Amino acid sequence: MYPKELRYSKEHEWARIEGNRVRIGITKFAADRLSDIVYVELPSVGAEVKFMEPFGVVESVKAVSDLYAPVSGKVVEINAGLADTPEVLNTDPYNAAWMIVVEPSNRAELDQLLDASAYAAHVGETQS
Amino acid sequence: MSEALKRTPLHRLHAAAGARMVPFAGWDMPVQYAGIIQEHVAVRTRAGLFDVSHMGEIRVAGPGAIAFVQRLVTNDVSRLTGTQALYTPMCTPDGGVIDDLLVYRFSETDLMLVVNAANTAEDLAWIRDHASPDVRIIDRSDEIALLALQGPRAAGILQRLTATPVGDIRYYWFRPDVEVAGRTVIVSRTGYTGEDGFELYVPAEAAPHLWEALLEAGERDGLIPAGLGARDTLRLEAGLLLHGADMDKTTTPLEVGLGWTVKLDKETFVGADALRRQKAEGLSRRLVGFVLDGRSIARHGFPIRCNGAAGRVTSGSFTPTVEKSIGLGLVPPACAAPGHPLSVEIRGRAVPGTVVKLPFYRRGQHSAG
Repeated sequence: MYPKELRYSKEHEWARIEGNRVRIGITKFAADRLSDIVYVELPSVGAEVKFMEPFGVVESVKAVSDLYAPVSGKVVEINAGLADTPEVLNTDPYNAAWMIVVEPSNRAELDQLLDASAYAAHVGETQS
Repeated sequence: MSEALKRTPLHRLHAAAGARMVPFAGWDMPVQYAGIIQEHVAVRTRAGLFDVSHMGEIRVAGPGAIAFVQRLVTNDVSRLTGTQALYTPMCTPDGGVIDDLLVYRFSETDLMLVVNAANTAEDLAWIRDHASPDVRIIDRSDEIALLALQGPRAAGILQRLTATPVGDIRYYWFRPDVEVAGRTVIVSRTGYTGEDGFELYVPAEAAPHLWEALLEAGERDGLIPAGLGARDTLRLEAGLLLHGADMDKTTTPLEVGLGWTVKLDKETFVGADALRRQKAEGLSRRLVGFVLDGRSIARHGFPIRCNGAAGRVTSGSFTPTVEKSIGLGLVPPACAAPGHPLSVEIRGRAVPGTVVKLPFYRRGQHSAG
């Protein structure tokens, strides 16, 4: 449910450290809660995102939710494919449905994120 | 919070089926089971079963029943000849829509009004306030549960549980005492999805048995339970209005495209003078359907711009059958013609779109506008 190698924000984003970059998406918990995701709005490459401030939105049939950056930095890649296939957020949230890649400006922020078991506890589940 | 919410007789079954429950109009209701899109598609292609027991049922009985309801609503109740149903707004003296409802005619002296859950208490007070001495007003909401079986396979599924030929019940007609799975219920050929289907008014205590019997009878046809989420996307595609979103006491039936339900030539009714005046003077806004470019959703209350004038979104979604971002909104009459460009402000950005003819979806056709 929550891969051990990822870090998690309390707002349900995950962060995967890949060398000097961080790949970002939303958790299975968030995707399930939203369900039926039909639209994703992402920043442009080159945009600056700030720690725990909104960087985009995800819309389901019923609701719209902000996406929060789990680390500050510059956006160097976005998953443009999500615009046409937002449903992969529900089926493959940790791989195909990555959202943005950021070059962090303050890596210390990552220490404030939760590990998998702490995140599972945060959403009221036990990590198996 | 959840302690204050009312529960339908099917609440326990929803929980067991893994439904996601949400508060709606004071009720704890299933918004979805398998998923809104999956349930929506099931209703369009096969069948879905909805628990809409939160709706209110008000019986109006007595020698003055027809004349009394005729004074309360804008449509013409005297046109009902047999066991028929009629869709109609009920207005304030200013012509604002208090609620939209169905009038079921059991006989000259016995009618049933089916009203929105959010408005049941207010409607009841309004109706009692206006009641003439020759009618009795009886709130039957707690005794009656309402199951909506909707979709192209609905008639076939229902037929397996009854000897009454349900296919003979015409659109907007009903039969008051049909035996379905051993229980006597009201079977009405009505719905809120744009598909063929039936609404079953059943004794509250019989609801769980009938719910399970219907799901079992329909399993091989792909019948699944469907929640309020799919109900909303289905009705929006079908161009059916939602009271409290697309209309309320600040809008008249004429403004929201319900002119066909306003019968100014029948005997007078509450709101008739105001509506006659508005019709003569012309409308300052109209409810239209629109399609947006892209996939972002125009939510209720978002601003609309067209020709430099302002309007507002009343309903919007990205819907599964039409596969576009669609919505309803109030706009100035100059913008109301199909094909007219407009834009909706979504998170500070003007998203372009086009006015289209309603409905977005019509049975047997699969295209928008």
